[in-house]
Amino acid sequence: MDFIKTIFSDPEVWQITMLSLKLSGLGTLFSLVIGLPIGTLLALGKFPGRSFFLSMVNAGMGLPPVVVGLMVALMLWRSGPLGSLKLIYTPAAIVIAQTVISAPVVTGLTAAGLQQINPRLTMQLMGLGANTVQVIGWLWWEGRLSLLAALMAGFGSVISEVGASMMVGGNIRYQTRVLTTAIVLETGKGQFDLAISLSVWLLLLTFMVNLALTFIQQRGARN
Amino acid sequence: MNTLLEINDLQIRRGDKIVVEVDHLSVEQGEVLSIIGPNGAGKSSLLLAVACLLKPERGTIHFNGFRITKRSDTEYRRHLGLVLQEPLLLDASVYNNVAVGLNFRHLPKSEIRRRTDIWLKRLDIDHLRSRSACSLSGGEAQRVSLARSFALQPDLLLLDEPFSALDSPTRLRLLEELHAILIETNTTTLFITHDLKEASSLGDRMAIILFGKLRQCGTPAEIYANPMDDEVRKFLSLP
Repeated sequence: MDFIKTIFSDPEVWQITMLSLKLSGLGTLFSLVIGLPIGTLLALGKFPGRSFFLSMVNAGMGLPPVVVGLMVALMLWRSGPLGSLKLIYTPAAIVIAQTVISAPVVTGLTAAGLQQINPRLTMQLMGLGANTVQVIGWLWWEGRLSLLAALMAGFGSVISEVGASMMVGGNIRYQTRVLTTAIVLETGKGQFDLAISLSVWLLLLTFMVNLALTFIQQRGARN
Repeated sequence: MNTLLEINDLQIRRGDKIVVEVDHLSVEQGEVLSIIGPNGAGKSSLLLAVACLLKPERGTIHFNGFRITKRSDTEYRRHLGLVLQEPLLLDASVYNNVAVGLNFRHLPKSEIRRRTDIWLKRLDIDHLRSRSACSLSGGEAQRVSLARSFALQPDLLLLDEPFSALDSPTRLRLLEELHAILIETNTTTLFITHDLKEASSLGDRMAIILFGKLRQCGTPAEIYANPMDDEVRKFLSLP
């Protein structure tokens, strides 16, 4: 139980923890804002190239974080197309990278979840006089268990990644150091006790967030 | 009587295949028109085209004198009630399912409550109002589906084989109740079925669709007395 003592006695660990939760939470939120409408469009829309876009999204679900980190770093680098924004090695850069990692996960799982709903339900809702927004609202409600699973998968993909955060955030103390990059740093320094403590803490945090989401999901399933 | 619905020169295709063709068909205000034919004759496609949920290859549909064109014509669909073969209830309470179409129309809450209460009672499902719609039997679920459409007080009710998935006693009971409600409310109805008895007992007129083409339309008595050809005669099991 030494790790509990380490975590609770060190204010820097708390700062890193809160920053990790904040950045991953924002990354997940932005990926929801992007992924939910696009996933819905891919699930319900009929347009040329839909299958191609779906396969692109599905391929994107397996994007290596290091590759995403490299791409985002090239964009944000001082000489890159978005260099003037001066975002490299800032928390915002980490959020951008994590959004890129998480958005395909949320999009793909949203599309898959909504495609499982009986397509005649859409007809029935329209036949009852629902407009497009009302139809989508009810389909999200009907597919809410899948959408919550998409949210959990999206959060899981960013809270645990290290490559992108390291590349675009730079692991700067008190600024861009998150739990995963801190674990890499402490391991590199040979501080295995601290690295293990941070790892267990990260696992616990991930478990607690997913426990809360699973609780909401299963309460929805029972209702 | 006024003509509420008029279909002219309608053709629905799926790929190269012609699903259904209707030269002319009209439905008068307050009338129940049964559309009957064997499975795969194109009856449901015709109903979906009338509901503006399926785009025909060619032809026109006029509702109350106005031509129906766009699939996204929500305003037109708000004059309709639609009951499909499966009840397709939402994962919500029975009350919320019956009220859903009224909520789509943004009616005042008191009016939604009033109409929902009336139809919950009229279809004998008031005792189920707080139950989850997912826990209902097939007959109960179809009652909810009927209540949901009748609560809208539709100008035109579209029924696509609503009882075909039910057991025989439940089907007969619901058919009787539906008949009484249609007389009571004088609702103009397009009733799709493949059951001759259902078609003739519920419909003021019958339209027979065979092999994707509307063959004959008239009162059950007229059709039985004078089937237009051997195929219609065979379909009606007449000697």
